[in-house]
Amino acid sequence: MAYNLKMRLWRGDKSGGELKDYDVEVERGEVVLDAIHRVQATQAGDLAVRWNCKAGKCGSCSAEINGRPRLMCMCRLSDFEESETITVTPMRTFPVIRDLVTDVSFNYKKARQLPSVELPERKPGEKRTMMQEDVERGQEFRKCIECFLCQNVCHVVRDHEDNKEAFSGPRFFLRFAELDMHPLDTADRRERAQQAAGLGMCNITKCCTEVCPEGIHITDNAIIPMKERVVDKKYDPLVWLGNKIGIRNKDNDGRTPV
Amino acid sequence: MARHEMTGNEMSYYAEGGIERHQYDVVVVGAGGAGLRAAIAAHEAGANTAIVCKSLLGKAHTVMAEGGIAAAMGNRWPEDNWEVHFRDTMRGGKMLNNWRMAQLHAQEAPERVLELEDWGALFDRTDDGLISQRDFGGHRYARLAHVGDRTGLEMIRTLQQRAVQIGIDVFMECTVTDLLQDRSSGEGRMAGVFAYWRETGRFVVIDAPAVILATGGIGKSFKVTSNSWEYTGDGHALALRAGAKLINMEFVQFHPTGMVWPPSVKGLLVTESVRGDGGILKNSEGKRFMFDYIPDFFKAETADTEEEADRWYDDKKNNRRPPELLPRDEVARAINSEIKAGRGSEHGGIYLDIASRRTPEFIRKRLPSMYHQFKELADVDITAEPMEIGPTCHYVMGGVEVDADSQESAVTGLYAAGEVSGGMHGSNRLGGNSLSDLLVFGRRAGESAAAYVAGLGEARPAVSDEDLRAGQWSAVAPFSVDGGENPYSIQHDLQQKMNDLVGIIRTEAELAQALEEIEQLKVRAKSMSVDGHRQYNPGWHLALDLRNMLLVSEAIAKAALARQESRGGHTRDDFPGPNPEWGAKNLVVSLADDGESVMLNPQPLPPMPDDLKKFFD
Repeated sequence: MAYNLKMRLWRGDKSGGELKDYDVEVERGEVVLDAIHRVQATQAGDLAVRWNCKAGKCGSCSAEINGRPRLMCMCRLSDFEESETITVTPMRTFPVIRDLVTDVSFNYKKARQLPSVELPERKPGEKRTMMQEDVERGQEFRKCIECFLCQNVCHVVRDHEDNKEAFSGPRFFLRFAELDMHPLDTADRRERAQQAAGLGMCNITKCCTEVCPEGIHITDNAIIPMKERVVDKKYDPLVWLGNKIGIRNKDNDGRTPV
Repeated sequence: MARHEMTGNEMSYYAEGGIERHQYDVVVVGAGGAGLRAAIAAHEAGANTAIVCKSLLGKAHTVMAEGGIAAAMGNRWPEDNWEVHFRDTMRGGKMLNNWRMAQLHAQEAPERVLELEDWGALFDRTDDGLISQRDFGGHRYARLAHVGDRTGLEMIRTLQQRAVQIGIDVFMECTVTDLLQDRSSGEGRMAGVFAYWRETGRFVVIDAPAVILATGGIGKSFKVTSNSWEYTGDGHALALRAGAKLINMEFVQFHPTGMVWPPSVKGLLVTESVRGDGGILKNSEGKRFMFDYIPDFFKAETADTEEEADRWYDDKKNNRRPPELLPRDEVARAINSEIKAGRGSEHGGIYLDIASRRTPEFIRKRLPSMYHQFKELADVDITAEPMEIGPTCHYVMGGVEVDADSQESAVTGLYAAGEVSGGMHGSNRLGGNSLSDLLVFGRRAGESAAAYVAGLGEARPAVSDEDLRAGQWSAVAPFSVDGGENPYSIQHDLQQKMNDLVGIIRTEAELAQALEEIEQLKVRAKSMSVDGHRQYNPGWHLALDLRNMLLVSEAIAKAALARQESRGGHTRDDFPGPNPEWGAKNLVVSLADDGESVMLNPQPLPPMPDDLKKFFD
C-alpha cells in the first residue's frame, strides 16, 4: 500500500523562505502529519513543526494544506490523489517563527484581556444546580481546541495587520458568548464585547465556522446572538422601557456590567 | 527592558552568555492538570509562581483525557462515599498503593471537582441539575464527573483560564533540562531550573527555592502508545539526577482499548466510557469473552452471566458489574490472550461493540469525540459497526517517591504531583482516578511549596556558576558531534525494543535482553548529532529528551526484571500470579554513582492503620 508522495513544504524563518520539494514514502491510511514526521526523521531533522496529540484534540498542528487551513493530524492522505503534490505552508495570519511554526502569541495576549466567569459565592460542600439544557449552549463553545484556525481565516485580521489591536477574533467571541449564556454567571459583558473586543468589526462572513475542526457553529450560535444582545442593549426602546418599569431581558437579568 | 511576547516576562538580553535570568518563589514544570492546579494553589497561597511548559499553554496531554474525574460525590448513588472510593482504589492497585495518598485522594476529590465548576467548568448534569457521574472500570458506583467524552479538555481549559485570570507567568515552549541545587549546604536543596526556549534556543535560568515537577509520564518510550510527544519522562529523570527516588517503575498501564487501524492512529485512546456506557468486547467468533477471564480476586463482585451483566447498568443493588468493567490490567491481559490465541480481528485487535447495544442518538450524545474520531480517522461509524481495538501504553503508575501529605520528594524543595509522582495508584490505576489525582495532589504540592518558601525568609539557596556552565555545555553537546547518529533512529529503536521486550507480558530473558539493548542505545546516544541551529529545532529537542527516555526506560526494565511476580500493570509470564512477599514491598529506584544508570532497593510498604484495614476484611 506504500507509495511515494510528493510534498512541497515551506522552509524558512521571519527573514524569508521558500517552498522545498520532498519525496517521501507513505501509506494510504496515514495523515499529512505522518508524512511530515517521516520527512523530519529521514531527510530534514530540523524541520520545525508544532504538534502534540496527533488526534485532533489539542489543536497544535494548524497549517494551510494546498491553501486550505486544516489540522495536519486530521487531514488524511486518502483524501488526495496519490499523484497529487501536497503543499503545506504555515498559517498566514500569524508571523512565522520557523518553517511551519508560527507565533500565535496574538491569541494568548487576547486571552489575557478577557473577562472571567463570575459566579455567586458557594458555601463549602454546597453543590450548584444547573440543568442540562442550560449548560449545553456553553458546552458547544467549550469544545474549542484553540487551534486558532478561525483566527487565521478571519479576514478582519488576515489581511489587515492594523486591526489586530482592536479585534479579539472569533475564538474569543465564543468565550464572550459562553459566559453570557452561562446559567449562573452574574456579569454583563456586552459593552466590553462591543468596545474592547471589537465584536462590531465582524461582518459575519462565516469563514471561521467553515474551518472549525470541531464543527462549532461559531457564527450562528455565538457571534450573531452576541451581536443581537449588544444591539438590544444599545438601541431597543422596548428594552429601555423594560428597564424603566422593571421588566428586564431575562438573559442579562441581575447581571452587573464589567 | 524587553518583554517576552508570550509571557510578558522581562528578558535580560544583556546577561552574560545570553542567559535570561528570572527569580520566583515557586517554579512549576509542566502545564497539564497537576501543574496548573499546583501553580494556582501556590499563587493563591501568596508565592510568586511561574509555570514552565514544553508546549503552548492548553495543549498538555491532559486534554486527551476522555472519560471523567472520579470523585465520590454521591450525585447518582447516595451510597457512595470516600470510604468506598478508597477501597476501590486500593483493590484496583492490588493493595500496593500508598494508603495515605489513596485516602487523601478519595476524601478531597469531590471538593476539587466542585471548585472547577466555580471556575467555569460546565459538566454534564443529572436530571436534578447536579453534576452527572458515569460508570467506569473498578468503581463500585457511577462516580466519574464528565463532559461528554472530552473531560480532560474541559479541565485544562478551566484551569488555564483560571491561571491566566489570576496572572500567573507562563514560560511556553520552554524545556527544563536540569534542576539546579545549592551544593554549599551539602544537602543539595533546590535552587532553580535550567531551561531553553524552543523558539530561539536561548537559555533561561529561573532561581527558585521550590520546584514542582508535573511533567506527566513516559509513554513515548513505547512504540504503541496513547501518549503525546511530550511524554518523555523528563520529570522522572530530572528527579533521579537531583537525588530523589522513584518507586513502582515496573508498573506501566496498558489501556485495553487503543485504536489498531489505520496505522497512523495505532495506539490512539478509545475511552473506557464506551464500556461504562454499555459497550462489550467480542472476539472474531462473536463471543463475549470477558466472562472467561474473571480472576478470583474479583469473582464476588463480577457478574458471571450476560443477563446479570446487562441488568447491572440499571440496577446496581441486585446485580454484579459486567466483566468488561474489571480494572484495566485485567481487561488488557484478556484481550492480549484472545489475540494471541488467534481469535483477533482483521487488523490484529478485537471488537468493541456499542452499536448493537445502544441507539445512535445515545452514542452520539454520550461519546461525541469517539464518534468523530472513528468517522474522521478510520471511516468507521461506531453507531453502526463495532470498533477494532487493542492494548496501548497509556500510563505509568511509578514515579517520584513523595511524602503523601506534602508531595515533597527526598530533595528539600523538590515536589512532584500527578503522573510523575508515584505511590497513589499502586500497581494499577483505575480509570478516572488520574484527573482527580492531578487536582488533589496538584493543590497539595502548590500549597506545601508555597509554605516552604514562606518559611525560608531571606536565606535562599543559591545557584552556582559552575552548574550554569555545566547546564549549557550539556545542552549544546549534540551540536558538537559531526556525522554522529540521527536521534530519530535511536528513538525509533528504543520504542520498538520497549514495546517488544518490556510490554504487556514480560519474561526474565526478554527483560535482561532489554537492559542490554538499552545499554547499547545509551552508547549510541553519546555520539548522536543534530543538524541545523538552535532556533526551533525538533532534532535537537529530541536529542535532549532522549537522555531522559533512556534513563527512565532502564528504570522500568530493571524494576520489571527484579519483581518476580505478576501484579497489576506488571505481568511476568514466568511468574504468573501475585506473591504475598512481593506484595509487601516497593522497589525504589535511585541514580547509580556513575550518574548514568540506576540501581534498585526494596522497601517495605508503609503500614496501613487498623481503622482503614477494616475496609478489606
